[in-house]
Amino acid sequence: MKIRVSREIIVALIAVVLGLAAGALFMLITGHNPFEGYTYLFRGGLMNIERIGNSLATATPLIMTGLSVAFAFRTGLFNIGASGQMLIGGLCATAVGLTLVLPQPLLLALMLLAAFCGGALWGLVPGFLKARFNVHEVVATIMMNWIAYWTVYYTVPAYFKGPYLETESRKIPEYASLKVPWLTGIFEGSYVNLGLFVALAAILVIGVILNRTVLGYQLKAAGFNRYASEYAGMNVQRNIILSMTIAGALAGIGGATLYVGYASNMQIGVLPSHGFDGIAVALLGSNTPIGVLGSALFFGILHSGKGFMNAMTEIPPEIGDTIIATIIYFAATSVLIENGLNALQRRFGQRRAQEEN
Amino acid sequence: MEHVVEMLNIRKEFPGIVANDRVSIDLRNGEILALLGENGAGKSTLMSILFGLYRPDEGIIKVRGKEVQITNPTQANALGIGMVHQHFKLVHNFTITENIVLGMEPKKGLRLDLTSAAARIRELSRHYGLNVDPDAIIEDVSVGMQQRVEILKMLYRNAEVLIFDEPTSVLTPQEIQDLMEIMRNLIREGKSIILITHKLKEIKAIADRCTVIRRGKVIGTVDVKSTSESEMARMMVGREVSFSVNKEKRDPGELILEIDNLSVRSGRNILGVRDFSLQVRAGEIVGIAGVDGNGQTELVEALTGLRSIESGRILLKGKDISSHGIHQRIRAGIAHIPEDRQKRGLVLDYSVEYNLVLETHSNEPFARHGFLQREPIRKHARKVMDDFDVRAGEGAATKARSLSGGNQQKAIVGREIDLDPELLIAVQPTRGLDVGSIEYIHRRLVEQRDRGKAVLLVSLELDEILDLSDKIAIISRGELVGIVRADETDENEVGLMMAGVRQGESA
Repeated sequence: MKIRVSREIIVALIAVVLGLAAGALFMLITGHNPFEGYTYLFRGGLMNIERIGNSLATATPLIMTGLSVAFAFRTGLFNIGASGQMLIGGLCATAVGLTLVLPQPLLLALMLLAAFCGGALWGLVPGFLKARFNVHEVVATIMMNWIAYWTVYYTVPAYFKGPYLETESRKIPEYASLKVPWLTGIFEGSYVNLGLFVALAAILVIGVILNRTVLGYQLKAAGFNRYASEYAGMNVQRNIILSMTIAGALAGIGGATLYVGYASNMQIGVLPSHGFDGIAVALLGSNTPIGVLGSALFFGILHSGKGFMNAMTEIPPEIGDTIIATIIYFAATSVLIENGLNALQRRFGQRRAQEEN
Repeated sequence: MEHVVEMLNIRKEFPGIVANDRVSIDLRNGEILALLGENGAGKSTLMSILFGLYRPDEGIIKVRGKEVQITNPTQANALGIGMVHQHFKLVHNFTITENIVLGMEPKKGLRLDLTSAAARIRELSRHYGLNVDPDAIIEDVSVGMQQRVEILKMLYRNAEVLIFDEPTSVLTPQEIQDLMEIMRNLIREGKSIILITHKLKEIKAIADRCTVIRRGKVIGTVDVKSTSESEMARMMVGREVSFSVNKEKRDPGELILEIDNLSVRSGRNILGVRDFSLQVRAGEIVGIAGVDGNGQTELVEALTGLRSIESGRILLKGKDISSHGIHQRIRAGIAHIPEDRQKRGLVLDYSVEYNLVLETHSNEPFARHGFLQREPIRKHARKVMDDFDVRAGEGAATKARSLSGGNQQKAIVGREIDLDPELLIAVQPTRGLDVGSIEYIHRRLVEQRDRGKAVLLVSLELDEILDLSDKIAIISRGELVGIVRADETDENEVGLMMAGVRQGESA
């Protein structure tokens, strides 16, 4: 077990290093100094308390969507609908925040619950379609993305229209935001918000569910070998629905951390990219909760650092995106990296064997 | 005597294992050489090297004294080497002629010339006594006939050396007799044969010499006539083996399983099982004999709840369970050793301890308030592994994937018997296992019977059925052909019934 985990970490690190190397190559080709570029990129993400806070804030929704994708993946399902689940989660949280006036802790809890339920519903539908009619979840979740997109498109102008713009909702009142003054104070004015703690708690809860509970046992068994789960009398269909529902709920909370934490209103006509980035986060984190945390933080640093790099050098921010994309690419082909590692090991193993002879 | 094929000091390594370690064999002109070894001993790897599917890491191959490099099957064909695979490679809606010429179609201008091909096939068939109709469609002919088509394919390509890979596993006993006659004809006409098998009886019946392989190494080559079966078995396994199963007579007790006019659809929307009725009592082993693909899978899946039934009833201790789910049936006392241990029986990426609670993980003491309890799970695993002699490198925490086939199977058998079921459905419980494991699993099945439990044994190995069962039900094309008492029947009678001939009718 220990060997396996550390091996996955090695593969992930190799993917990161290869991605960074490819980025450096890009900078060289486009006539920039890669050392300068990376210095500013990482300084942009980590230079001071405020920037660290911003990196954490950027990472927060990524933790949730990464967790969502990873959780579904562990049970053999591919959740491409984290974006739509985020939108709906964000919409539900916004709706509650704009409508109810309650003591702050209660209101925030209710908003998160609403986000949870909205996302859960958006996961439940594809889960049900998969279990009952064998509709592939990739197709169903993509369609749910657009249903969420147009639901927001309709609902926000109709019920939560902002004072000046048709295309965005009213700002949520300060007491209904996950961004609380004391936390903002600690991080010297950054965007970091309570969502971070929710995300950390989610990491813990999902880790426990996957590794310690009967539910996790069944969900993982279904992911590894559906036929054996069926044979053993597990309710595979119920587990599919449950798994997608939980995945959706996680992304839904991710939506709350984005729209009522990082931001304070919702815009229409935007499908958040975090849902798709979540796939990359899960992939690089080898679908484990801890791995997701690590890779989400890393992506958070890159995302929040690229603006600084752009401001301080001539390097366009697209280079930052390119690096991220390249890392994703290498993480996705981790099988190749692993094969490479195996081949290396064999060669060294053989040489050692020959020397011993 | 001339050597047709020599393989000298062949070495082939796969990641983690040495499949062939300096293996040498030689095939003499006009003989049948048997290649005997347990599953995973390296027989198939060796033959795949000869047939050009793998390249050896070391060693040389000589055909008729000349060293050759064989890099693909076409080249092997050109050298006169042909292989009859265990799983036939035929196009089902093509005629026999079309199948045989596939890949080297005779042409007349731009048109396919099947007439002359058919004539040649007819001639070959007559010459070797194969009795094949070149115009028949593959899906209409029996499995035995399909195998002959595979043989003809090789003869049509002028093969001089024929490799038979476990050729009898899909045949009825009568078809096996026919195959042996064909093999004798082939030898008479100057062909040479390599026969891969783990069945000693067949070697004794037909082979001239026998090369025994164990764990990738040649243990020895013996003259079949002057060597006894038990000697060869000892060479294969590496220790003394007992063949007979000790079984005391027992009177069966109360009715446990009653199958009443059961019909089940198979995947292709036709009836896989038709009006099947059978009773299994406490303290008896009922064997289901039949050629592969005659409804056994559908029957078992219907009994365990994996497949819904079309009509009829299934009663367990008098209670109708026809519409119960899988979990309910397990709780009611049905345990199931599945046909395919890797597909159904195990979650290969789970540890052995997790696999051993596959059905019971949500029960006390393995789970409490929805949380898995590691200690009880591990303790249970240790107990089952001890009781059933499951050997794993890292003990209970070993991934099921890294267990050998025999140990995987013993783990499943242990898990299912540990459920203490009223009815144990054992499907091919010893498929692909070494003689030692087979012996062990057989003993445990009989033990289950002696403890007054009911056992339904489904197997394609007729010997296994005959050895273990008290009662034998024969299934053919999804229908019950008949039920016979094991101590009043023989291979011949059951074999005929497996071919669909009912009791009392003559062949």
